Amino acid sequence: MKSAVQKTEPHGCASGTAMDPRDEIITYLPRLRAFGISLTGNFAAADDLVQDTIVKAWSNIDKFQPGTNMQAWLFTILRNTFYSDRRKHRREVPDPDGLHAASLFELPAHDGKLAFKDFHRAFLQLSAEHREVLILVGASGFSTEETAAMIGIAVGTVKSRTSRARKRLAELMGLEREQVTSLADIGTQAVMSRSGLSLV
Amino acid sequence: MQQVMAVDPKKNRITEQIDENLKLVYEGLLKEQVPDRFKQLLAQLKAKERGE
Repeated sequence: MKSAVQKTEPHGCASGTAMDPRDEIITYLPRLRAFGISLTGNFAAADDLVQDTIVKAWSNIDKFQPGTNMQAWLFTILRNTFYSDRRKHRREVPDPDGLHAASLFELPAHDGKLAFKDFHRAFLQLSAEHREVLILVGASGFSTEETAAMIGIAVGTVKSRTSRARKRLAELMGLEREQVTSLADIGTQAVMSRSGLSLV
Repeated sequence: MQQVMAVDPKKNRITEQIDENLKLVYEGLLKEQVPDRFKQLLAQLKAKERGE
Protein backbone atom coordinates (compact mmCIF):
# COMPACT_ATOMS: atom_id res chain seq x y z
CA MET A 1 0.00 0.00 0.00
CA LYS A 2 1.22 3.44 -0.80
CA SER A 3 1.88 6.01 1.79
CA ALA A 4 -1.20 7.77 3.03
CA VAL A 5 0.66 11.03 3.16
CA GLN A 6 -1.06 13.51 0.96
CA LYS A 7 0.92 14.52 -2.08
CA THR A 8 0.73 17.92 -3.58
CA GLU A 9 -1.04 17.73 -6.87
CA PRO A 10 1.30 18.65 -9.70
CA HIS A 11 -1.26 20.95 -11.25
CA GLY A 12 -2.48 22.38 -7.96
CA CYS A 13 -2.04 26.09 -7.61
CA ALA A 14 1.25 27.01 -6.01
CA SER A 15 -0.22 29.72 -3.86
CA GLY A 16 -3.16 29.19 -1.59
CA THR A 17 -4.68 25.77 -1.17
CA ALA A 18 -2.58 22.96 -2.44
CA MET A 19 -5.42 20.60 -1.67
CA ASP A 20 -7.48 19.22 -4.48
CA PRO A 21 -11.02 20.60 -4.01
CA ARG A 22 -12.28 17.29 -5.33
CA ASP A 23 -11.26 15.69 -2.06
CA GLU A 24 -14.16 17.57 -0.53
CA ILE A 25 -16.78 16.00 -2.77
CA ILE A 26 -17.07 13.03 -0.45
CA THR A 27 -18.29 15.22 2.39
CA TYR A 28 -21.23 16.41 0.30
CA LEU A 29 -22.49 12.97 -0.70
CA PRO A 30 -25.25 12.73 1.93
CA ARG A 31 -26.55 16.18 0.98
CA LEU A 32 -26.33 15.48 -2.74
CA ARG A 33 -28.24 12.27 -2.28
CA ALA A 34 -30.88 13.90 -0.10
CA PHE A 35 -31.38 16.60 -2.72
CA GLY A 36 -31.49 13.96 -5.46
CA ILE A 37 -34.15 11.96 -3.65
CA SER A 38 -36.16 15.12 -3.07
CA LEU A 39 -36.06 15.94 -6.75
CA THR A 40 -36.73 12.50 -8.15
CA GLY A 41 -38.81 11.00 -5.35
CA ASN A 42 -37.00 7.81 -6.14
CA PHE A 43 -33.90 6.25 -4.64
CA ALA A 44 -32.59 4.47 -7.73
CA ALA A 45 -32.99 7.56 -9.89
CA ALA A 46 -31.37 9.68 -7.20
CA ASP A 47 -28.37 7.37 -7.03
CA ASP A 48 -27.91 7.57 -10.78
CA LEU A 49 -28.05 11.35 -10.52
CA VAL A 50 -25.48 11.41 -7.73
CA GLN A 51 -23.20 9.16 -9.75
CA ASP A 52 -23.45 11.40 -12.82
CA THR A 53 -22.89 14.45 -10.63
CA ILE A 54 -19.71 12.98 -9.16
CA VAL A 55 -18.28 12.19 -12.58
CA LYS A 56 -19.18 15.60 -13.99
CA ALA A 57 -17.84 17.43 -10.97
CA TRP A 58 -14.63 15.43 -11.11
CA SER A 59 -13.91 16.17 -14.74
CA ASN A 60 -15.07 19.78 -14.62
CA ILE A 61 -13.34 20.82 -11.43
CA ASP A 62 -11.50 23.54 -13.34
CA LYS A 63 -14.87 25.29 -13.59
CA PHE A 64 -15.22 25.37 -9.84
CA GLN A 65 -14.01 28.63 -8.37
CA PRO A 66 -12.08 27.94 -5.18
CA GLY A 67 -13.48 29.81 -2.25
CA THR A 68 -17.04 29.62 -3.54
CA ASN A 69 -19.71 27.35 -2.16
CA MET A 70 -18.95 23.85 -3.30
CA GLN A 71 -22.27 22.50 -2.13
CA ALA A 72 -24.08 25.01 -4.34
CA TRP A 73 -21.84 24.07 -7.25
CA LEU A 74 -22.52 20.36 -6.82
CA PHE A 75 -26.25 20.90 -6.31
CA THR A 76 -26.33 22.94 -9.51
CA ILE A 77 -24.70 20.10 -11.45
CA LEU A 78 -27.16 17.63 -9.96
CA ARG A 79 -30.29 19.65 -10.71
CA ASN A 80 -29.11 20.55 -14.22
CA THR A 81 -28.49 16.88 -14.88
CA PHE A 82 -31.92 16.02 -13.52
CA TYR A 83 -33.74 18.51 -15.75
CA SER A 84 -31.74 17.65 -18.84
CA ASP A 85 -32.38 13.92 -18.32
CA ARG A 86 -36.05 14.66 -17.84
CA ARG A 87 -36.20 16.59 -21.09
CA LYS A 88 -34.51 13.70 -22.86
CA HIS A 89 -36.68 10.98 -21.45
CA ARG A 90 -39.89 12.90 -20.92
CA ARG A 91 -40.34 10.77 -17.90
CA GLU A 92 -42.79 11.87 -15.27
CA VAL A 93 -41.63 11.67 -11.70
CA PRO A 94 -42.35 10.64 -9.05
CA ASP A 95 -44.56 7.78 -8.09
CA PRO A 96 -45.71 8.40 -4.54
CA ASP A 97 -47.51 5.10 -4.23
CA GLY A 98 -44.63 3.12 -5.53
CA LEU A 99 -42.11 4.96 -3.47
CA HIS A 100 -40.53 2.35 -1.28
CA ALA A 101 -38.97 5.19 0.59
CA ALA A 102 -42.24 5.63 2.43
CA SER A 103 -41.08 3.61 5.40
CA LEU A 104 -38.00 5.75 5.51
CA PHE A 105 -40.07 8.67 6.47
CA GLU A 106 -41.50 6.98 9.50
CA LEU A 107 -39.83 9.22 11.96
CA PRO A 108 -40.28 9.29 15.68
CA ALA A 109 -42.96 11.53 17.08
CA HIS A 110 -42.28 15.19 16.59
CA ASP A 111 -43.84 18.46 17.57
CA GLY A 112 -45.40 19.24 14.20
CA LYS A 113 -49.14 19.13 14.12
CA LEU A 114 -49.31 17.95 10.54
CA ALA A 115 -49.25 14.22 10.03
CA PHE A 116 -45.85 13.57 8.62
CA LYS A 117 -47.01 10.86 6.28
CA ASP A 118 -49.61 13.15 4.77
CA PHE A 119 -46.97 15.77 4.44
CA HIS A 120 -44.61 13.41 2.69
CA ARG A 121 -47.30 12.26 0.30
CA ALA A 122 -48.29 15.82 -0.50
CA PHE A 123 -44.66 16.78 -0.98
CA LEU A 124 -44.22 14.08 -3.61
CA GLN A 125 -47.28 15.32 -5.46
CA LEU A 126 -45.66 18.68 -6.02
CA SER A 127 -43.86 19.39 -9.25
CA ALA A 128 -40.12 18.88 -9.18
CA GLU A 129 -39.71 22.64 -9.54
CA HIS A 130 -41.73 23.20 -6.38
CA ARG A 131 -39.94 20.50 -4.44
CA GLU A 132 -36.67 21.97 -5.54
CA VAL A 133 -37.25 25.46 -4.17
CA LEU A 134 -38.80 24.15 -0.98
CA ILE A 135 -35.82 21.92 -0.26
CA LEU A 136 -33.25 24.51 -1.22
CA VAL A 137 -34.82 27.45 0.59
CA GLY A 138 -36.95 25.77 3.22
CA ALA A 139 -34.81 22.84 4.30
CA SER A 140 -31.21 23.02 3.23
CA GLY A 141 -30.73 26.61 4.24
CA PHE A 142 -29.73 28.25 0.97
CA SER A 143 -30.60 31.91 0.65
CA THR A 144 -33.01 33.00 -2.06
CA GLU A 145 -30.03 34.63 -3.80
CA GLU A 146 -28.03 31.41 -3.79
CA THR A 147 -31.05 29.44 -4.92
CA ALA A 148 -31.70 31.90 -7.74
CA ALA A 149 -28.13 31.49 -8.94
CA MET A 150 -28.32 27.71 -8.76
CA ILE A 151 -31.58 27.46 -10.66
CA GLY A 152 -30.71 30.27 -13.02
CA ILE A 153 -33.78 32.39 -12.35
CA ALA A 154 -34.44 35.77 -10.77
CA VAL A 155 -34.58 36.18 -7.00
CA GLY A 156 -38.17 37.39 -7.29
CA THR A 157 -39.07 34.22 -9.16
CA VAL A 158 -37.57 32.11 -6.41
CA LYS A 159 -39.67 33.97 -3.86
CA SER A 160 -42.92 33.67 -5.77
CA ARG A 161 -42.25 30.06 -6.66
CA THR A 162 -41.50 29.23 -3.02
CA SER A 163 -44.68 30.82 -1.82
CA ARG A 164 -46.74 29.08 -4.47
CA ALA A 165 -45.10 25.78 -3.56
CA ARG A 166 -45.94 26.26 0.14
CA LYS A 167 -49.48 27.15 -0.75
CA ARG A 168 -49.88 24.16 -3.05
CA LEU A 169 -48.44 21.89 -0.38
CA ALA A 170 -50.93 23.16 2.15
CA GLU A 171 -53.75 22.60 -0.33
CA LEU A 172 -52.60 19.06 -1.01
CA MET A 173 -52.60 18.37 2.69
CA GLY A 174 -56.18 19.46 2.82
CA LEU A 175 -55.63 22.43 5.00
CA GLU A 176 -58.43 24.91 4.90
CA ARG A 177 -58.38 26.81 1.67
CA GLU A 178 -59.14 30.05 3.45
CA GLN A 179 -56.28 29.48 5.80
CA VAL A 180 -53.99 28.74 2.95
CA THR A 181 -54.91 31.54 0.64
CA SER A 182 -54.89 33.97 3.48
CA LEU A 183 -51.21 33.26 3.83
CA ALA A 184 -51.06 35.88 1.14
CA ASP A 185 -52.74 38.59 3.15
CA ILE A 186 -50.83 38.47 6.34
CA GLY A 187 -48.97 41.67 6.96
CA THR A 188 -46.88 41.04 3.92
CA GLN A 189 -43.91 43.09 5.03
CA ALA A 190 -43.68 41.16 8.26
CA VAL A 191 -43.66 37.89 6.42
CA MET A 192 -41.24 39.06 3.81
CA SER A 193 -38.69 40.17 6.31
CA ARG A 194 -39.18 37.09 8.39
CA SER A 195 -38.99 34.31 5.87
CA GLY A 196 -38.28 35.88 2.53
CA LEU A 197 -41.80 35.18 1.37
CA SER A 198 -43.19 37.45 -1.25
CA LEU A 199 -46.59 36.92 -2.66
CA VAL A 200 -47.81 38.11 -5.99
CA MET B 1 -56.51 37.15 24.48
CA GLN B 2 -55.00 40.11 22.78
CA GLN B 3 -53.95 39.91 19.17
CA VAL B 4 -50.41 41.00 18.60
CA MET B 5 -49.90 42.86 15.34
CA ALA B 6 -51.99 42.06 12.32
CA VAL B 7 -50.44 38.64 11.95
CA ASP B 8 -52.82 35.74 12.22
CA PRO B 9 -51.08 33.10 14.27
CA LYS B 10 -52.99 30.35 12.46
CA LYS B 11 -51.49 31.25 9.11
CA ASN B 12 -48.03 31.53 10.52
CA ARG B 13 -48.43 28.17 12.10
CA ILE B 14 -49.10 26.55 8.74
CA THR B 15 -45.97 28.04 7.21
CA GLU B 16 -43.96 27.08 10.25
CA GLN B 17 -45.27 23.55 10.19
CA ILE B 18 -44.54 23.22 6.50
CA ASP B 19 -40.98 24.36 6.99
CA GLU B 20 -40.58 22.20 10.05
CA ASN B 21 -41.73 19.17 8.10
CA LEU B 22 -39.53 20.05 5.15
CA LYS B 23 -36.56 20.07 7.47
CA LEU B 24 -37.63 16.71 8.88
CA VAL B 25 -37.86 15.26 5.39
CA TYR B 26 -34.45 16.58 4.49
CA GLU B 27 -32.79 15.62 7.77
CA GLY B 28 -34.27 12.15 7.51
CA LEU B 29 -32.72 11.80 4.08
CA LEU B 30 -29.38 13.10 5.30
CA LYS B 31 -29.22 10.32 7.85
CA GLU B 32 -29.52 7.72 5.12
CA GLN B 33 -26.49 5.56 4.62
CA VAL B 34 -24.71 6.64 1.46
CA PRO B 35 -24.00 3.62 -0.76
CA ASP B 36 -20.35 2.58 -0.87
CA ARG B 37 -20.37 2.75 -4.64
CA PHE B 38 -19.96 6.51 -4.53
CA LYS B 39 -16.89 6.37 -2.37
CA GLN B 40 -15.53 3.64 -4.61
CA LEU B 41 -16.25 5.75 -7.67
CA LEU B 42 -14.34 8.68 -6.20
CA ALA B 43 -11.43 6.41 -5.33
CA GLN B 44 -11.44 4.99 -8.86
CA LEU B 45 -11.48 8.44 -10.43
CA LYS B 46 -8.56 9.45 -8.29
CA ALA B 47 -6.58 6.28 -8.97
CA LYS B 48 -7.19 6.57 -12.69
CA GLU B 49 -5.84 10.08 -12.75
CA ARG B 50 -2.74 9.14 -10.80
CA GLY B 51 -2.05 6.35 -13.21
CA GLU B 52 -2.10 8.70 -16.17
